[in-house]
Amino acid sequence: MTSDSSFPLRFGPVSRRTFLGASGAAAATLLIGRSGQAFAAETPQKGGTLTMAIWPDPTALVCAFTTSDQVLLASSKMTEGLVAYGYDFKPQPRLATAWQLSPDGLTATFTLRQGVKWHDGKDFTSADVAFSFMQLLKPNHPRGRGTFANLTAVDTPDDHTAILRFSKPSPMAMNALSAFESPILPKHVYEQGDPLRNPANNAPIGTGPFKFVEWNRGSHITLERFDGYWAKEKPLLDRIVMRVINDASSRAAALETGEILLAGPNPVPYSELARFRSNAKFDVETRGEELLQHAQAIQVNLRNPALAKLEVRQAILQAVNRENLARAVWYQSGKPATSPIPYQAGDIRLANPPAYPFDPKKSEALLDAAGFPRGADKTRLKLRLDWVPLGEANLRAAEFIKQSLQRVGIEVSIRSSDLPTYLKAIYTDYDYDLNVFLYAPIFDPSMGLQRFYWSKAAKAGSPFVNASGYASPEMDKVLEAAGTEIDPDKRKALFHEFQKLAMTDLPILPLLDLDYTCIINKRVHDVMAMPEGIRGSFADVWLSA
Amino acid sequence: MARVETAGPGTARAGRGRTGGGLAGFLIRRILQAIPVILGIILFSFIILHLAPGDAIDVMAGEAGTGDAAYMAQLREKYGLDQPLYVQLARYGVQIAQLDLGYSIRNNAPVRDLILQRVGPTLLLMSVSIVLSVAMGVLFGALAAVRRNTLLDDLISLVALLAYAMPIFWIGLMFIILFSVTLGILPSGGFYDVTQQNPGLLVRSLDVAHHLVLPALTLSLFYFAIYTRLMRASMLEVMSLDYVRTARAKGLGGAKVTVRHVVRNALLPIVTMLGMQTASLLGGAVVVETVFNWPGLGRLTYDAVFQRDYSLLIGILLMSSILVIIINILVDLTYSWLDPRIVAR
Repeated sequence: MTSDSSFPLRFGPVSRRTFLGASGAAAATLLIGRSGQAFAAETPQKGGTLTMAIWPDPTALVCAFTTSDQVLLASSKMTEGLVAYGYDFKPQPRLATAWQLSPDGLTATFTLRQGVKWHDGKDFTSADVAFSFMQLLKPNHPRGRGTFANLTAVDTPDDHTAILRFSKPSPMAMNALSAFESPILPKHVYEQGDPLRNPANNAPIGTGPFKFVEWNRGSHITLERFDGYWAKEKPLLDRIVMRVINDASSRAAALETGEILLAGPNPVPYSELARFRSNAKFDVETRGEELLQHAQAIQVNLRNPALAKLEVRQAILQAVNRENLARAVWYQSGKPATSPIPYQAGDIRLANPPAYPFDPKKSEALLDAAGFPRGADKTRLKLRLDWVPLGEANLRAAEFIKQSLQRVGIEVSIRSSDLPTYLKAIYTDYDYDLNVFLYAPIFDPSMGLQRFYWSKAAKAGSPFVNASGYASPEMDKVLEAAGTEIDPDKRKALFHEFQKLAMTDLPILPLLDLDYTCIINKRVHDVMAMPEGIRGSFADVWLSA
Repeated sequence: MARVETAGPGTARAGRGRTGGGLAGFLIRRILQAIPVILGIILFSFIILHLAPGDAIDVMAGEAGTGDAAYMAQLREKYGLDQPLYVQLARYGVQIAQLDLGYSIRNNAPVRDLILQRVGPTLLLMSVSIVLSVAMGVLFGALAAVRRNTLLDDLISLVALLAYAMPIFWIGLMFIILFSVTLGILPSGGFYDVTQQNPGLLVRSLDVAHHLVLPALTLSLFYFAIYTRLMRASMLEVMSLDYVRTARAKGLGGAKVTVRHVVRNALLPIVTMLGMQTASLLGGAVVVETVFNWPGLGRLTYDAVFQRDYSLLIGILLMSSILVIIINILVDLTYSWLDPRIVAR
């Protein structure tokens, strides 16, 4: 990290003690944020219109059935979850004010907030919660069948109690109750017809602090303060306007002219970050990504006989200078990864997993030992390298890796394609050798990481799962145990074991832990009060003159 | 097709008389000819789009960051993407026959609505850019030709060459940096000021015009260069023709000869070019729309390609091809208006 001033604040040691902390306190009092820091003297002001960038144009405004980042960004202002997760990854009250998980982990009882209204004026009740989980999220959310696999029923003994019943303990489901993973939607709106084609997907009716006004596709989305919001005096802003700005340089210009006050994640070309960091008008934040987290890695196809040899995979990892990769490609917005779980994850990250520091000599020795001596043309081995077409940084990383591997005698040819073509080659046809990709480990590895290592997650035609052909009974056992372990300490130990195995077997070569940035005009306050960051509800965000 | 009658200037008037009577027949003939073209376009785009690997469901699952096979199968079944290609084509054909462009899975909205929302800004940007580039091109091309081999000619050629050679997105960004960031006199992008609440029609129109300046200027610069070069060459050719010498010989002044005899005849290649480029402007606008966040069709098309949104993409292609056919008809009619010897039929 270069800029320590924008480094995430940590609230003490992070524990995975996710769930038993019942709290009846109002959400507002729990929001600590930066108020104790730079803006101690300023008191929040009411009013004003916040303009922010969004790109590309979202495909819907409710994140229950489509979950691309820009949909999360818009949806989270209008719809809410039962809870929200803080920087300590513990739940805080939102639509639920208190909760209790039974000791066997099979029953979670939620006390729902009183006096909550939908934007159309109807009352929010436990029937909405039951309907959202059983009829909308479990069958229709892209990750719903996985996350809520063990959720069998939601009981509603009264209007303000919802009891989630599981067939097996599901710590992962308990970590997926926030607005942007499991938004609660109104039963009376979604009851009739196909939920995927419901007009409310494009004009949401939620319980959130802002209500929908208009969506002019390709141009902007306008949201307005919801006067009936349950937290009195909130939200502070009158209006939020999200402008669609697809070009990174145009976003940089719009930030500089003040036409937009907020943009993220990674709004401007990396080469321009330094300029914004040194401009006193802006905060360049790297907080606000802790719930998703981001990493870059090489997925290896073990079906290739050369890559099936462990020495070759170790040699590839040791041939890449990851410090330089972070500097040359990411302009220091990242640092070398030591395991698949990035540094933002706190103490579930293993302190000393098997390490593979940059060492070209060792790399060449490993390749010799694996039976790949340099041939007449100095080449040991020829491999193809794909890169996920989600940002130029992946292409530049691919070029960096190509040059690194060339030095140890591995000739690499880079293959570029558009996203659907790429997905088919890697995840349907398994027609690849090495694949530079990005992944979001998510603060619960059962949600974000298991899919890349679990042998049962591999399924041709399913994108972003285990495509390495990696199958280890030991790994499967650890992952499956972590999936149902509700004791936080035991679960942490299982994730440590997972990292040890992952860094020993190396079906994926972790490259960098990435810092995604968000640029905020200093007139905008308290965006980073919660680790949801720009995907938060913005109930507490305010504008100074 | 427009055809040049091999008749001398003496018969020009008679020629014009004949076109007047045949206009309805001409239009009917052209519309009948357009039908197989449009069917061909639907068939061709349908097949070629489905040859590209992956579909909208792959993209949606990719975005969700997980591939739940059961979820993907359910979506494919719901939208009929699990059917063989000929069944999908037949279904699409039935839909189109009912003048229904279909439903965009990606955008949760009917294709017709999506296109109608975007077509206004695109047509506005296109028409202003075309008028601007043709006007500037004809003016400067004619000037350069009349004052050929002077400093003015060299200067115009230099500017045209620069405008032609500079990438459109770069010009756009430079304009933004100069006029928006540094001078602060023009907005950096958007269709209108979205933070303004319900302004009057006049205020909104002026606001749109304000936002239109930079994108229209950027888009027209490239075509201005082409028209300038074309006009200059065309003028020089016409100026050496016999009838121009005749006009001079009968005592007409230089300005009159230039405007009435030379420019009018030199415009023919410009009209041809304009017809061809109107179609490509739809595509060329993607870059400008992206740089200036102009909510037009170009960007919608671009996103549809990468999201494998077939029904939306075919809908846009269909609409563009109809637009191109109409423009070609207008071009042919313009020929015969400019040069009565040419008969539209």
